[in-house]
Amino acid sequence: MSEELLRIDDLHVAFSTRRGMVEAVRGVTLTVKAGEMLGLVGESGSGKSVTGFATTRLLDAAGRVTGGKILFRGQDVTKLRGDELRQLQGAAMSMIFQNPRAALNPIRAIGLQIADAILTHKRISKEAARAEALDLLRAVQIRDPEQRMNAYPHELSGGMCQRVMIAIAISCNPALLIADEPTTGLDVTTQKVVMDLLADIAAARGMATILITHDLGLAARYCRRIAVMERGRIVEEASPSTLFSAPQHAYTRRLVAASPTATSRIEDLVTEEERERYPAIVSKPRQEPAHGTPPLLEVRKLAKRFDQGSAAVADFSMTMAGGESVGLVGESGSGKSTTSRMICRLIDPSEGDIVFDGQSIGHVASRDFHRSPLRKDIQMVFQDPNESLNPRFTAFDCIAHPLMRLDGMRAGEALRQRVVECAQRVGLPLDLLPRFPHQLSGGQKARVGIARAIACQPRLLVLDEPTAALDVSVQAVVLQLLDRLRRENDIALLFVSHDLNVVRMLCDRTIVLHNGGIVEQGESRALFDNPKTDYTRKLVEAIPHIETGPTLAAAL
Amino acid sequence: MMTGLGATVTRAGRRLLSSLPALFGVLVFTFLLMRVLPGDPAVFFASGPNAGKEEIEQIRKQMGLDKSVPEQLVFYLSDIGQGNLGRSMMTGQPVLKDLRERLPASLELTFTALLIALIAAVPLGVIAALRPGSVVDHGVRLFCALGVCVPTFVSGLLLIYVFYYLLGLAPDPTGRIDVFTSLPPQRTGFLLIDFLLAGDVEGWWTACKQLILPAVSMALFVIAPLARITRASMLVSLGSDFVRTARSVGLSWRKVVVTYALRNAILPVITIAGIVFSTMLGANVLVEKVFSWPGVASYALDALLSSDYAPVQGFVLLMASLFVLVNLVVDICYGIADPRVSIE
Repeated sequence: MSEELLRIDDLHVAFSTRRGMVEAVRGVTLTVKAGEMLGLVGESGSGKSVTGFATTRLLDAAGRVTGGKILFRGQDVTKLRGDELRQLQGAAMSMIFQNPRAALNPIRAIGLQIADAILTHKRISKEAARAEALDLLRAVQIRDPEQRMNAYPHELSGGMCQRVMIAIAISCNPALLIADEPTTGLDVTTQKVVMDLLADIAAARGMATILITHDLGLAARYCRRIAVMERGRIVEEASPSTLFSAPQHAYTRRLVAASPTATSRIEDLVTEEERERYPAIVSKPRQEPAHGTPPLLEVRKLAKRFDQGSAAVADFSMTMAGGESVGLVGESGSGKSTTSRMICRLIDPSEGDIVFDGQSIGHVASRDFHRSPLRKDIQMVFQDPNESLNPRFTAFDCIAHPLMRLDGMRAGEALRQRVVECAQRVGLPLDLLPRFPHQLSGGQKARVGIARAIACQPRLLVLDEPTAALDVSVQAVVLQLLDRLRRENDIALLFVSHDLNVVRMLCDRTIVLHNGGIVEQGESRALFDNPKTDYTRKLVEAIPHIETGPTLAAAL
Repeated sequence: MMTGLGATVTRAGRRLLSSLPALFGVLVFTFLLMRVLPGDPAVFFASGPNAGKEEIEQIRKQMGLDKSVPEQLVFYLSDIGQGNLGRSMMTGQPVLKDLRERLPASLELTFTALLIALIAAVPLGVIAALRPGSVVDHGVRLFCALGVCVPTFVSGLLLIYVFYYLLGLAPDPTGRIDVFTSLPPQRTGFLLIDFLLAGDVEGWWTACKQLILPAVSMALFVIAPLARITRASMLVSLGSDFVRTARSVGLSWRKVVVTYALRNAILPVITIAGIVFSTMLGANVLVEKVFSWPGVASYALDALLSSDYAPVQGFVLLMASLFVLVNLVVDICYGIADPRVSIE
């Protein structure tokens, strides 16, 4: 078991871009022993995926290994050509990709795709390959494998597609498996099932695995050794327990701190200088609303049916007080986004009513709601900061737009001041205001999205997975910002998320949705610590945990 | 599988039904357009330039042109409803018969041209996409640009000049067949097929030689859009995740490029090919003229120039119906090629 399988030695990879060569990997050195699972953790742009692609020789045409060696069983992979390389790919090392549905050929039956991989490396008949493919589908625990052989990727769920991808990757029993964010984008419960499967298969077949992920918790759960990458370099390599209890490098410390855990609080996630004026605000006790104050939002028996299908959401009722934060959690397809969109009045409910501040708004058609005076009171922050900003609007225009449309402001000094004020409230540097979205980082775009939403001083902010596309360290800052805004301005937050750790920190109350109905609701910490239903318990258990010892707190 | 077939048939039927209003609109619009265009058919078809006013009136009455336009439209529509497209003043034959005789010639030419174009364009597009920015890529781009810039009648004349006049390889460009070859018994109207059915290889070769030059000059014009769309869609396909997957398990180059990349990339090409086909069918009048090809487009042009209403209206209706039909075929092909389409 201690045999060295892969040795990456001072690897440099550069990409040629319009602005010249950009170094993505600068001097990575690591080793993988046969049969072990190594975690390669880092944030976006750290070069972890590029390292994986360089090893399997799948870099884009623009990317080139500019220095160093990748020795696989003593053979330098970077020097292989043509047939030699193809004999290695799939047979000796293979890869699992991030977006499983896109990674499979959309117009080829999955059975054929697995058989393609088998036939490339084994001289057997098509029937034999088909039989092997069927065995592989059984090995990755796909139900009704005989029927699924003829299925196309669009007929399968994301988790199923990833199992098929695993089947393809292991089809020729490679010695090394590189899994690049294999469960990003899957639900937590699916993530757990797929990762357990992957770990079992790797262990049973003695495959070494490199798990590339941004999720420290996930790496800690499955790997004995974790290498942390930052800006093209490996900054630290240790066992999970050492990494979490005594991180050596400053970046690791920040990453560990920013990863939300079952016990962390928002203020723990960020470093001292990022905390700004947050602690002072948190320490101020919140004013309890006077007894008998009507709720800000009351949702009664809301239901939504699309076309003739079954209900996407049924019998959904909830209330929210002003300045309260409520989490709406559930897996994909649970109806959480549909519900949030109905409350925002972006889509029309089929049944039920929404009462906001004493006024019924459920029956105002969604396409007319923009004329309602309540439009500016209910605002939304969308999931993808890249997609939800108009690429032809500068940051300034984005924030000014709702002010002009909903507050009726005209271009001029007053508008400028309001925009500047909003930018300051979300901590967006003012010199970024003339920039276009593509000139901003993910975190900066998220700030613009939030600034836009709070520009008209709403009383309810609906957030649809606002941090799902962000790195953990950026997420930490954004979460703190949201909580600060809530406390400063008494904005109620309806937080839609699949990330239970985040909801637990940010929200006073949590509602768990499953198949369009409420399964459980209650005070967040109680709900997560003592789930009453099996479904919630399953969700909570599926979250990868990080055991943080007291030493970490001391280190910070 | 049966349900899939049934669904396809239902879908096709629904598509045909939904295109009826558009066809009706085309019908009425063409009718009105012909009435608005300058030129009086009665004058044109009168016995001579000295025909008296009375004679012209007589003809006008005969043709029903003395009635009001709405009345004429009603008569026209009821005729169409009975499958009667009217009679051509030029040929003296029913339009339906004329079109039936000439359509196979046009279809044969267009099909051959499209086939040549696809056989040339898809590999060119694929080669260009495999080496973007290379000499080959630029060569293909230049070739495509030339194909589009040079009008079909110019390239047609050029081809005649080189292959008929200079090299003497091609037969004289006068129609579908030379005067010495006897026509095969008519079954499909497509000469190439009829000759084969009759077992006349020599005749087939003669017809083939006549067909090659006009087909190539038409093909040259449409290679460009087909090659460009192939290249663009192939680039997307080659950069996609599933091609990376295919490469990650070491599939052979051929398998990656053909089975994985090209089969996905060909989908938009099918759509474009359908549009190109419809366009060619109507727009190949210049080629038909240059090569004295007895097709429907040159027939319609002649009719238009002599204010012969019925053939032009019949031609437009035919083109519109063909367009609907071609789109339907493209849709069905698409449904077969892409399993994702059928569930939508």
